[in-house]
Amino acid sequence: MSRADLMGLLLAFVARLITGAQGHWLGSPPKAEQRIYFANHQSHLDWVLIWAALPRELRATTRPIAARDYWTRTPFRHWLTREVFNAVYVDRQRTDDQDPLEPLAEALRHGDSLVIFPEGTRSSLGDPQPFKSGLYHLAQQFPEVALIPVWIDNVQRVMPKGEVVPVPILCSATFGAPVALETGEDKRDFLRRARDAVVALRPSRS
Amino acid sequence: MSWLATLSVDQQVGALFVALFGTLILVTASALLISVREAQGASADRRARFRRDLVSTWVGAIVFWLGWMSGPIGATLVVAAFSFFALREFITLVHTRRGDHRSLLLAFFVVLPLQFVFVGTRSFDLFSVFIPVYVFLAIPVISALSGDPGRFLERNAVIQWGITVCVFGLSHLPALLLLQLPGYEGRGAFLLFFVVVITAVAHIAQEAASRWLRRRPLARHIDRSFSTRSWGMGIAASALLGAALFWITPFDPLRAAAVAALAGGSGTLGDLVMRALKKDAGVRYWGNRPSVTGAVGLLDRVAPLCFAAPVFFHSVRWFFRAPV
Repeated sequence: MSRADLMGLLLAFVARLITGAQGHWLGSPPKAEQRIYFANHQSHLDWVLIWAALPRELRATTRPIAARDYWTRTPFRHWLTREVFNAVYVDRQRTDDQDPLEPLAEALRHGDSLVIFPEGTRSSLGDPQPFKSGLYHLAQQFPEVALIPVWIDNVQRVMPKGEVVPVPILCSATFGAPVALETGEDKRDFLRRARDAVVALRPSRS
Repeated sequence: MSWLATLSVDQQVGALFVALFGTLILVTASALLISVREAQGASADRRARFRRDLVSTWVGAIVFWLGWMSGPIGATLVVAAFSFFALREFITLVHTRRGDHRSLLLAFFVVLPLQFVFVGTRSFDLFSVFIPVYVFLAIPVISALSGDPGRFLERNAVIQWGITVCVFGLSHLPALLLLQLPGYEGRGAFLLFFVVVITAVAHIAQEAASRWLRRRPLARHIDRSFSTRSWGMGIAASALLGAALFWITPFDPLRAAAVAALAGGSGTLGDLVMRALKKDAGVRYWGNRPSVTGAVGLLDRVAPLCFAAPVFFHSVRWFFRAPV
């Protein structure tokens, strides 16, 4: 077992210790098929939580998206994202002749699953912001990949913006039924439908 | 029972575990036999609940055994882990704000470990005042420094209460194990076993009594089954059992019954309090059924112990006037 594998196990253990990292598979079972998980984004821990909630066999082929400038700046960050999480790097500065989705498309062509946060930035409490169009373009290019909505609950309480040490509070990731792009569906309709699918998974607080 | 007195302390503890696991094996075997018969509706439901309870009793017994095997440090660590999970579940259920972040870090990563270090090193004086005095004063200071005046007293009260119940209360379990009473050295396991069994029996007796008696509930909006009569039955059952088990305690039968009644009565009240708390948090799930927050119901199970252990511990110490 390599050092990266050990680090992965350690991180998953810590995530479970701190947050419980409960995965609730409501609309889709955990399965080794190619998938794009799309989730609400509240905290830096969102990715780790989804990753820890996945069965161990699926973790190796499920990859996050990382901003290249930030996550390759120090050797440790680079090692963490490259070796442990097998992240897909994207450039935040957009050059004219380059499709920003190209690295994602390449990972999908390679057969990997992705986790994306279509809001773009972290939303504070309350409803998620409108989704960016990347999800739509990926759904168009890869109709055979299942799109799984995910609601991540409670994470913003674990580590509010600006704090570095997480507080132990139970969190859950709820995985819903796949959302498919219908033929001829408008971009805006699809993105709204996808966002609604994520919001619908929010546990009710009565 | 006279032959028991001829055994060494370790042999007595061994006999205790043989009896405990023997009973569990018998109950499990008979449950297996009964489960062969078909069951429908309510009785199938009751069976499923009984099976869950049996499984958690097994887990509890094995944890108890592991704790004893690994000595004082191991036992303290096991209870510290339980305390951590219980506090995590409690904090999940209540409302906290961004300004509470530092106080919560203090609770989880400073107060909890320190309290169990005090237990493990047998510093019982510091252990008794650390949370009620020092932490009680430190939490609002940290909270004030965070600069959020909103619902100030309420937020601090919630955190202090959680620490007192989940950390202070539970830390009395390993403390019982480590308590050195004159003429009763090395037999802390019996005291721990005594308080755990008494609390469990009081709880079961109270539940059963409320099902048979169907009295008017004392606090309808919190618990529909809790009545004065059923509470009294719980206390009576624990007193009887306490008197029957007096030979594993340092007391005579009457005093054993008295401390058992005290522990059993406070344990069932602890359960009532935890129900009120869960009602307030809007949690309808109870016991081992998984809830949306992912809370697994550990808090429900340790709540009676959180209340019974400190009461029992301090009454034992007071009885011996032990300056330990």
